[in-house]
Amino acid sequence: MPPILSIKDLRKAYDGGFEALKGVSLDINEGEIIALLGPNGAGKTTLISTICGITRPTSGSVTVAGHDILTDYRQARSLIGLVPQDIALEPFERVINTVRFSRGLFGKGRKDTVVEDILRRLSLWDKRDNQIRELSGGMKRRVLIAKALAHEPRVLFLDEPTAGVDVELRKDMWDIVDQLRADGVTTILTTHYIEEAEAIADRVGVISGGEILLVEDKDSLMARMGKKQLDVQLTAQLDEVPESLAAYDVSLGDDGWTLVYSYDTRAERTGITKLLSDVSAAGLQLRDVVTRQSSLEDIFVSLVQKDREGTS
Amino acid sequence: MNWSAISSIYVFELARFFRTIAQSLVSPVLSTSLYFVVFGAAIGSRIEEVDGVSYGAFIVPGLIMLTVMTQSISNASFGIYFPKFIGTIYELLSAPINFLEIVMGYVGAAATKALFIGIIILITSFFFVEIQIAHPVAMVLFLVLTCVSFALFGFIIGIWAGSFEQLQLVPLLIVTPLVFLGGSFYSISMLPPVWQTISMFNPVVYLISGFRWAFFGLSDVPVATSLFAIAGFTALCLGAVWWIFKTGWRIRQ
Repeated sequence: MPPILSIKDLRKAYDGGFEALKGVSLDINEGEIIALLGPNGAGKTTLISTICGITRPTSGSVTVAGHDILTDYRQARSLIGLVPQDIALEPFERVINTVRFSRGLFGKGRKDTVVEDILRRLSLWDKRDNQIRELSGGMKRRVLIAKALAHEPRVLFLDEPTAGVDVELRKDMWDIVDQLRADGVTTILTTHYIEEAEAIADRVGVISGGEILLVEDKDSLMARMGKKQLDVQLTAQLDEVPESLAAYDVSLGDDGWTLVYSYDTRAERTGITKLLSDVSAAGLQLRDVVTRQSSLEDIFVSLVQKDREGTS
Repeated sequence: MNWSAISSIYVFELARFFRTIAQSLVSPVLSTSLYFVVFGAAIGSRIEEVDGVSYGAFIVPGLIMLTVMTQSISNASFGIYFPKFIGTIYELLSAPINFLEIVMGYVGAAATKALFIGIIILITSFFFVEIQIAHPVAMVLFLVLTCVSFALFGFIIGIWAGSFEQLQLVPLLIVTPLVFLGGSFYSISMLPPVWQTISMFNPVVYLISGFRWAFFGLSDVPVATSLFAIAGFTALCLGAVWWIFKTGWRIRQ
């Protein structure tokens, strides 16, 4: 199946000469949820803005379901919904009217059943006749999502949907994204919260300095970070792993002063208790025991750092 | 053409107008009534007639033009500046619409509001003076063209403005003087020759003259010139708007 969104060598330089996107290429498949992780100023919002038509690309191309965003912008844009980072809403307008407005603006005829369904799913139906200024911050964010969904888009962009929201609301947002997944809406969200990417994404992309540094299935990324290391530091140096410990995934480290054991934290049994008793049965004396874990955060930080060193 | 988008913008903008219908109507009606009292009754009693038309009736076309021009500009400039100011412009830029559709929605709504107010003022003036409309079709044509062209001009101001102060700047410093000096309250022929010549450089003179002709059949400049002037102004504004959207000036980087 061809990707629903295909970005090829997308570049964006602003008038001042600042290059916000330095050749981004990315294919996104229909129905997946992809999280773009990156520090502030990485180019996440510029990427979304360029795809959605808010800024113009300097070069490169983007197609949505085969429609080019520049030459075929009507088809392309009518497939896209955008939830911006900042809350931007007409304060005196009523909730239902602003959602109807969005639907009409995207060329869809008035259809109250669709609008009602969206508002109900976002728990906004009871507030439909309220003016937007009367709503709480969390409700306003829901209105933004409702507006973005009003024309039944196939691709939804969520630009930092949980920046500055409390824990409960963040959970709500995740539930909403889960619902969208069930509806088959392709979702691209940006975030700088790693746990957010872990919680809802199928794939994770790391973006920094206007470049995509890594795109990987979340599961394989999780498998990488799910591995944990146990360092058993010894009082005596070893030449090789003792025969009695050969059954374990153990190697020697630190010139034979340390036994390094890798295990999966999510496995039912980590095997640590048995390993340690076998270690003492083998007559080895322990000096210290240390555990280490490479987290997504570590991977992320090291990637971003490497990238910064490379450019500076 | 995305007609659904045009009508959505149009209806949305008019809804803003009807939300504040009292303010929208009371202030122009009140100020027009004040003009009638001050200019029509107080000063008019000393002028009596201009070219055979009672002074009170003579100022009606000018008064309508004055209000319609300022209303068109303020409605349209605010209409597009507000989304820029609060950030909702993102939705317009990401929607499957082109510049013509955005302009038709916003300018159409702004012009409609101004037209509505112009008609209200005309009705109000019937309570103060006796008026006949010699060329009703031409009157409507002039009124609509003025609403549209000045709404276009206001739209440009709204795109250009970077603050609420700037939004007020052009109407206050340029439009109001031009309108006041454009023969709203007098005939250009009443001025000394030097000022008559200078007045010919004021585009508003042509509009008010043409509009007044539609009422009383008398004008400062030929009607064809008036029509040509307003058509030229409309074309100029359309060209500017087209350029704005082509280059993304002040809206799309």
